[in-house]
Amino acid sequence: MKARSLLLAAGTAVLMAGAALAGPVKIGMITTLSGGGASLGVAIRDGFMLAIKQSGRTDVEVIVEDDQRKPDIAVQLADRMVQSDKVDILTGIVWSNLAMAVVPSVTAQGKFYISPNAGPSALAGKGCHKNYFNAAWQNDNLHEAAGAWANTAGFKNSFILAPNYPAGVDALNGYKRFYKGKIAGEVFTKLGQKDYAGEIAQIRASGADSVFFFLPGGMGIAFLKQYADSGVNLPLVGPAFSFDQDILQAVGDAALGVHNTSQWNKDLDNPANKAFVAAFVKEYGRLPSLYASQGYDTANLILSALDKADVKDADAFRAALEAADFASVRGKFRFGPNHHPIQDIYVREVVKEGDVYTNRLVGVALKDRGDAYAAECRM
Amino acid sequence: MSFSLFVEQLLNGLQLGVTLFLTASGLTLVFGVMGLINLAHGSLFMIGAYAAAAVAGATGSFLLASAASLAAAAAAGALIEMVVIRRLYSRDHLDQVLATFALILILSEGTRWIFGSFPLYLSIPDWLAGPVTLPGGIRYPLYRLTIILVGLVIAAGLFLLIARTRLGIRIRAGESDREIVAALGVNIAALYTIVFAIGAALAGLSGALVGAIQSVQVGMGEPVMILAFVVIVIGGIGSIRGALIGAILVGVTDTLGRAMLPDLFRLFMDNSAATSVGSALASMLIYVLMAAVLIVRPTGLYGARGA
Repeated sequence: MKARSLLLAAGTAVLMAGAALAGPVKIGMITTLSGGGASLGVAIRDGFMLAIKQSGRTDVEVIVEDDQRKPDIAVQLADRMVQSDKVDILTGIVWSNLAMAVVPSVTAQGKFYISPNAGPSALAGKGCHKNYFNAAWQNDNLHEAAGAWANTAGFKNSFILAPNYPAGVDALNGYKRFYKGKIAGEVFTKLGQKDYAGEIAQIRASGADSVFFFLPGGMGIAFLKQYADSGVNLPLVGPAFSFDQDILQAVGDAALGVHNTSQWNKDLDNPANKAFVAAFVKEYGRLPSLYASQGYDTANLILSALDKADVKDADAFRAALEAADFASVRGKFRFGPNHHPIQDIYVREVVKEGDVYTNRLVGVALKDRGDAYAAECRM
Repeated sequence: MSFSLFVEQLLNGLQLGVTLFLTASGLTLVFGVMGLINLAHGSLFMIGAYAAAAVAGATGSFLLASAASLAAAAAAGALIEMVVIRRLYSRDHLDQVLATFALILILSEGTRWIFGSFPLYLSIPDWLAGPVTLPGGIRYPLYRLTIILVGLVIAAGLFLLIARTRLGIRIRAGESDREIVAALGVNIAALYTIVFAIGAALAGLSGALVGAIQSVQVGMGEPVMILAFVVIVIGGIGSIRGALIGAILVGVTDTLGRAMLPDLFRLFMDNSAATSVGSALASMLIYVLMAAVLIVRPTGLYGARGA
């Protein structure tokens, strides 16, 4: 469980003579590598490490640790990385509640934190910090896009459900921010709930014309399989979290044709993305997921800033991060004033290519979307 | 809430209860007969689901997959009993909790080592897919009806096993006084292994049945195990009948609570407040039920121990 892997990129290379190196740049990655949420952390780590490996840099050291999806463990790891390992940059956290436990304290200690996933609203608005960047999205974004797409699709009466925890509340609010129709029913499920028979019965009885759901990971797999078997045939829409490449295979036919929103897909037509997808498949023998793309972009963002500035010079390094001068696999990418992305968010559809379930792009749900909290941020 | 929706929710509760019973019955047998708290029972549930997913993937047969889940979980259970659990009977409960917690970690990471971090595919067979129409016009998934039926048949089989067979007599005798049973020439070590393996097999079957409509992934057993403990505390530790009644009570309470409490609060609150208060209370409801049962009957509904 405490697997501590030190990876010196291109480890056999010898330090270049003459360059007055002050030792390697240390990046601490705290992510979920065991337990039920491990598939997300593994994807982020794999994407991140691929970018580091491709860069060929010998002066970047990544320390990877498993937070077991527990806030207290994440806090301990962060303390140790900051105090004993003397890392310069932290990254990797998947879950918003863990990010809330770690990010404010490490940024207050003058370290940089670059989020490859969690983007809680509290860190985007009043709680923003000059040393905190999110390279993925603000939590509400994909749900907002789902709401916008629901209008396009002509949904007039949605039944909406999400787990009863902060990100679930954000999800329903995000959907309702753009969705213009009526709400046929609104349900909060238990976090970690795996049996949705009760909710599906309510959907059947509600008279809704569509269903929006945010149920990440295993919850989504369970819901989709049970929904498909229930005979309720209303169209589904949701954020990409229940449709990422790594879990679609476990859902199977039940997900086919479902529309979902994402800031990335493997068929996005730009050179960086094509190279990324090909390299990822070659390195790991599977298609990359949304989370892997975020890990990859996070590493490339950090590397682009390291090329321009010394991480010890915090102001220069921060300016280099803000410039976001790297080829994102999403294509267009820039930061808003609160260090959260401004980007296009797409609609995808689940399809089967040969034996593999995957997503294809359908259209753009929101163009150049920032977030609802940027105005509250004072840095 | 219309009558047909209410009946559908009752069926959902019954189905949840029946699957809980399959897990809880093993737990309660093991605790009742051996006095052992086995936190790793949920891992056997996971092993059953993984075995089913692997066999279904290789052969395409759901029946073979179910059989594999029984066999794999029983074998894993017997192995665990002989290697680890056997050394814990004479230790106190805290040592048992510690050791079986370690087993959870070992089995989870071992499963990840073999099958990888990503969830596996296991689905309902075609001949059980889709809804059927019940009397009264209720459309209900055939697979869930099948689970209810299988669960009730197994419950009946377990009652007969305990009440009518020689093995059942020995199990009940072992529960009352293990020294005397051993002195009478019963091989108590083998008996314990068999009981543990039966409990494990039922948990494994439950994992396979539930895995087909949920997700087969590492850690899937832990939430189930917590519910199973609630069930056996409500039903009375060691009692199969208690486990059945407790499981159905928990299943129905949980399902109806989730469906009805938010509506109830909407009568005197605005919509979003009612949704969040109702959902929060619904997720606590089974623990409220447990507390209420323990106040009235401190040893559970059918519990005899420590009375």
